[in-house]
Amino acid sequence: MSDTARNHHLPLKMRLSAAGFDGVTLLVLPAILLLVGFFVYPFFYGLWLSFHPKDGSVFGNYKTFFSDPFLYETISKTLWLSIPVTILNMATAVPIALRVRLMKNQRLLTTILVLPITLGTVLVAEGMLNYLGPQGWFNRTLITFGLISAPLKLVHNYTGVFLSLVITGFPFTFLLVLSYLTGIDPTLEKAAATLGAGPISRFRHILLPLLVPGLAVTFCLGFVQAFSVFPSAVLLGAPSGPTRVITIAAYEAAFEQYDYSLASAIAMIMGVVLLAIIGAVLAARSLFYRGPAGGGKG
Amino acid sequence: MPMNAQKSVLGTLGSRAWITTVWAVTIFFVINLLALIATVMTSSFGTRWLGTWLPAGWTVNWYASAWEEFQLGDLLTTTFEVVFAVVFLAGLIGIPAAYALARREFTGKRIVMLLFLLPLLVPPVTYGIPLATVLYKTGLGGTMSGVILANLVPALPFVILVMVPFVEQIDPRVEDAARVFGANTFRLFVHVLLPLLLPGALAALLLVLVRTIAMFELTFLTAGPDSQTLVVALYYAVFAAGVRAIQSIDAMAVVYMLTTLVWLLVALRFVNPTQMVTRAKRP
Repeated sequence: MSDTARNHHLPLKMRLSAAGFDGVTLLVLPAILLLVGFFVYPFFYGLWLSFHPKDGSVFGNYKTFFSDPFLYETISKTLWLSIPVTILNMATAVPIALRVRLMKNQRLLTTILVLPITLGTVLVAEGMLNYLGPQGWFNRTLITFGLISAPLKLVHNYTGVFLSLVITGFPFTFLLVLSYLTGIDPTLEKAAATLGAGPISRFRHILLPLLVPGLAVTFCLGFVQAFSVFPSAVLLGAPSGPTRVITIAAYEAAFEQYDYSLASAIAMIMGVVLLAIIGAVLAARSLFYRGPAGGGKG
Repeated sequence: MPMNAQKSVLGTLGSRAWITTVWAVTIFFVINLLALIATVMTSSFGTRWLGTWLPAGWTVNWYASAWEEFQLGDLLTTTFEVVFAVVFLAGLIGIPAAYALARREFTGKRIVMLLFLLPLLVPPVTYGIPLATVLYKTGLGGTMSGVILANLVPALPFVILVMVPFVEQIDPRVEDAARVFGANTFRLFVHVLLPLLLPGALAALLLVLVRTIAMFELTFLTAGPDSQTLVVALYYAVFAAGVRAIQSIDAMAVVYMLTTLVWLLVALRFVNPTQMVTRAKRP
């Protein structure tokens, strides 16, 4: 008698528990139901809705989006903002994290850096309007030191949104990189140093290969945040000009034109662009070393 | 020999310059960040601040006017009702779910884990718009329940993903021992599991609390006039700047900062700052 046939004679309860289902497993059910109801279902509803536009044609929304420059240009504008910011944040966070990792007392610095993440983009935008404005302390200091003669225009344009993404994005990137770095066994680097490797070749041949998977994840998470910028693009940028990002287009469609169908289509396009970039980054990552970041005789 | 000596001097100089640059960038960032926060605070206590380093005089009147203009009392009540409801429900549903995921292997577990990971990876605006559409269709949009449900979408997976590794490091033999000594499920839960889970649960729930106070996008998309939280009201105030005095908005921003930072300080007693972003428990 085969296994499956024998299983049919067992009571249901035993067959379920053989697959790992018993009273304890059921505890996960409420969480699944809630997320299916408020995450999975809305997604599929939005997908369905995006193919049922007001004019009745199946691809009407997508045609509208890709034929109106005011809509399709939001993709390039968002990428033009989010990709440089993410690269800059990574490029500064990695060297700083490499230094801070050697510090004994990191707590003060990490606590200060967690502030903008906790306070959120709305508050950072509000503070930046004051601080970087023409009468703000930043411009005033530069003028006092004679570095500039007239205040720099740092808000209500591309620069304003860019800087706000640095202020919230850099600490996020830094803390993630730091946590990946502290997960790498320090003895590996010491061994390389003993064998005569200098700091640059230690980084290039030991740390970097071990760090690449973490950097790929950090890049993706940082990029997702920058790509979905909303409050600072409105408050600090030029929301009808160079910082008209894709979230603004989606918001306007939903809550100003009450065209939920078009708004869902824009949300889906956002998701596809995000997936494409993340997919490319993770594919590039697989070209590098994969393996444990620990040392010793695993 | 002199060639080598020269090379090493150059090497030291190079690494000195490199270290100095790294620290200069860090200090520049931290100073600007702190000055940005200080600007908001200074402005909220200033009488008139135009074209000078500091305001012309000092006052606390903006707090009284902001309290009235923005109905900060109501806003704070709504904010805490939403936040505590989210924290309570995320704990009530999330901790048992994390326990089950840590202790049982079952068919389809990978899909379930993916279901809990996705809401933390997909940006809130992307799923917030279809979610708001569904909530408005069912009549929950613009209500307090709608805001709470929307905020649970990222909060619940967060609790689960923080708690699973925490439960995994609790030795299951402790529970078996309690069973052997005749504890029923209820007593096992109250006397054995609850005390062991408490540190992890406290950290996870405090992190959810801080994140929910600052969660702008989901609340913004689903809240109505009576279910706005502080951060959404702050956005509207800054958006309509010019209608109200800037110092009044700054006073409101300070009230928002204080509500967030108090909980951040409490949270930092139990968690490491890096945990605010990594979601994983580190030894």
